Amino acid sequence: MQVESFQYDNKTVRNFAIATIIWGVVGMTVGLWVALQLVFPTVLNLQPYFNFGRIRPLHTNAVIFAFVGNAMFMGIYYSLQRLLKARMFSDVLSTIHFWGWQLIIVAAAITLPLGFSTAKEYAELEWPIDIAITLIWVVFGFNMFATIIKRRERHLYVAVWFYIATFVTVAVLHLVNSFELPVTLFKSYSWYAGVQDALVQWWYGHNAVAFFLTTPFLGLMYYFLPKAANRPVFSYKLSIIHFWALIFLYIWAGPHHLLYTALPNWAQSLGIVFSFMLIFPSWGGMINGLLTLRGAWDKVREEVVLKFMVVAVTAYGMSTFEGPMLSLKSINAVAHFSDWIIAHVHIGGLGWNGMLTFGILYWLIPRIYKTQLYSKKLANIHFWLATLGILFYAIPMYWAGWQQVSMWKQFTPSGQLKYQFLETVTYMAPFYAMRALGGALYLTGAIIGMVNYFKTIGQGTLQANEEAQAPALEKAYTKHHGEHWHRWIERRPTPFLLLSLVVILIGGLVELVPTFLVKSNIPTISSVKPYTPLELQGRDIYTREGCYTCHSQMIRPFRSETERYGEYSKAGEFVYDHPFQWGSKRTGPDLAREGAGNLKKSNTWHYNHLEEPNAISTGSVMPSYSFLIDHNLDTSTTPLKINAMRTLGVPYAADYASKANQDLMIQAKGITDDLNKDGIKVPPNKEIIALIAYLQRLGTDITKK
Amino acid sequence: MGVIVILIIASVLVAGGFLLAFLWSVKTGQMDDDYTPSVRILFEDELIIKKKEIL
Repeated sequence: MQVESFQYDNKTVRNFAIATIIWGVVGMTVGLWVALQLVFPTVLNLQPYFNFGRIRPLHTNAVIFAFVGNAMFMGIYYSLQRLLKARMFSDVLSTIHFWGWQLIIVAAAITLPLGFSTAKEYAELEWPIDIAITLIWVVFGFNMFATIIKRRERHLYVAVWFYIATFVTVAVLHLVNSFELPVTLFKSYSWYAGVQDALVQWWYGHNAVAFFLTTPFLGLMYYFLPKAANRPVFSYKLSIIHFWALIFLYIWAGPHHLLYTALPNWAQSLGIVFSFMLIFPSWGGMINGLLTLRGAWDKVREEVVLKFMVVAVTAYGMSTFEGPMLSLKSINAVAHFSDWIIAHVHIGGLGWNGMLTFGILYWLIPRIYKTQLYSKKLANIHFWLATLGILFYAIPMYWAGWQQVSMWKQFTPSGQLKYQFLETVTYMAPFYAMRALGGALYLTGAIIGMVNYFKTIGQGTLQANEEAQAPALEKAYTKHHGEHWHRWIERRPTPFLLLSLVVILIGGLVELVPTFLVKSNIPTISSVKPYTPLELQGRDIYTREGCYTCHSQMIRPFRSETERYGEYSKAGEFVYDHPFQWGSKRTGPDLAREGAGNLKKSNTWHYNHLEEPNAISTGSVMPSYSFLIDHNLDTSTTPLKINAMRTLGVPYAADYASKANQDLMIQAKGITDDLNKDGIKVPPNKEIIALIAYLQRLGTDITKK
Repeated sequence: MGVIVILIIASVLVAGGFLLAFLWSVKTGQMDDDYTPSVRILFEDELIIKKKEIL
């Protein structure tokens, strides 16, 4: 058998490794900043660019797509080449992939503080960046599949399967969820509205957790954990079952983010069933990882890499136990919208993704630099700071969440709600401070790690092209000389039929989907009307400022919620909401009926509250939005927005776009006249007026006769 | 709720793709050996280094 010599590309691996380290520290620093904003709201919210609502998405996007994303690519580029015994298909594509991804991250870091946001969680980036993501993702996928095709090892190790699943599924998720109508260069409306948008968003959102934070990292676990322990995985058979069971179950779990909402009940139940079943493959994987170390636990005491990995796999087990539990309706009724969920995601993020990444970096960097780790002692300090950081983060948040919900749901013996919402906010202050301490510990560990990594890099030399040898792959079949590729398909009628079906389906979808979606936007509640131009502009300010990061617009059918917020939310109320703004967290109160019933406040209240929340509600952690008083509303976009909404099926009159700004000014004038009565002098063309108009509109439709 | 049709189609397409991949992997013997792959990955890259040391 012919032995071929070739070289592994370590340079791309190195690039992704350095990007991982840097973006990790950046993303976590922003995380600490947002955490501290909740402790010192008046000092650390620097409006407009660095208010909580704008930089919380920056934190989530940075840690998910920059830190975990680069870590994933680092691990894949390292392990894929060695598992397939082949260099990556194209150095050019690898380079484009690397720099393209970094450019996307930089674009995100610039546009998010500027307020360019689709306001859909973990998919906030606006449409031009969405297109860039698609292109770079395709480059990554092409490079990976081409490498798989030219591999020298016929058998695909289980990790490769996890990488393939990651590529395919993330591509589909991103495309479906980012279906949006551009209005201007950095503003688009989600194609879907209300309940539909919510379903798509959480189908995406949960699968982003599944296929961006979980499957690639499981692949990495199945490669790097056995490598680091120098033992085969406990059961290869189990790993195969883990993979296939996981990918067939995961994609249906999304609706568990929407339990007790206006989403139809059957869809909720579907999500619950699949979410619960997920515990089996997930725990199978965790057990497989931990049992790989059977009889080698003495190594865990010695090897800092293994320590990180053991905590990572344990955290994976904990979050995948908690996930199915939280998907049960009775538990979700308590935990949803609370700080409990923040604890849950950080067990996954800091524990599973963070610790596995750091462990891989400690293992991989000395290897590609042909040197020893700079300091084992520092690595151990990093490990303990990170582990304690996770505990100091999660325990106060679990406690906080439980306490918060208990207070939200508490009634007095006479049947009144016992606590004002604001009381639950001020009660959280010490917990938020403790959480920030936990985050600071974890970040300190990461910075120590960064020093250690860079010192290690400094004392070694990069083996940019690592020599390797492997026998060439024997062809499994021989085709006739000069045969056309199509003949291959023709010999296989069933795959050919399926392939045709897929092509037809895609074509059909492209044709049918838009009309189909527009039709389904016809309201089922006749009193629900489209937003006025001023309200629409106000809503766009609401999404721009990321209000959804703290305020939900979804009243669940519990007495504790209907007493506090009014009538529970109906699906028909959201038919004109592009995008939906149900939110996922109540750091502040629900706003679904902010303009109706007992919650209705005067324009003056809103004006003063937006200008200085703490002056109206002492102890509020909301940032000041006084810049909205100075900013002029850009009314030049009104006709474009009205037309875009018409395209999406919102029933404005055909020629309304040209008249919209007149109506806008009349409504704005009404609000400023009203404010004037209380001695507030503000011109009608200011952004704050539009936002007040939107807030006053919320929840009013169904109270109209 | 019309959008669920799209999600189901997208999900079924993905799942269908994986099903085909699964059938392919069974048929081509990817699953025949459920032990040695786990050991193989431990050996690969060390080989070259050792050779060089001997030389």
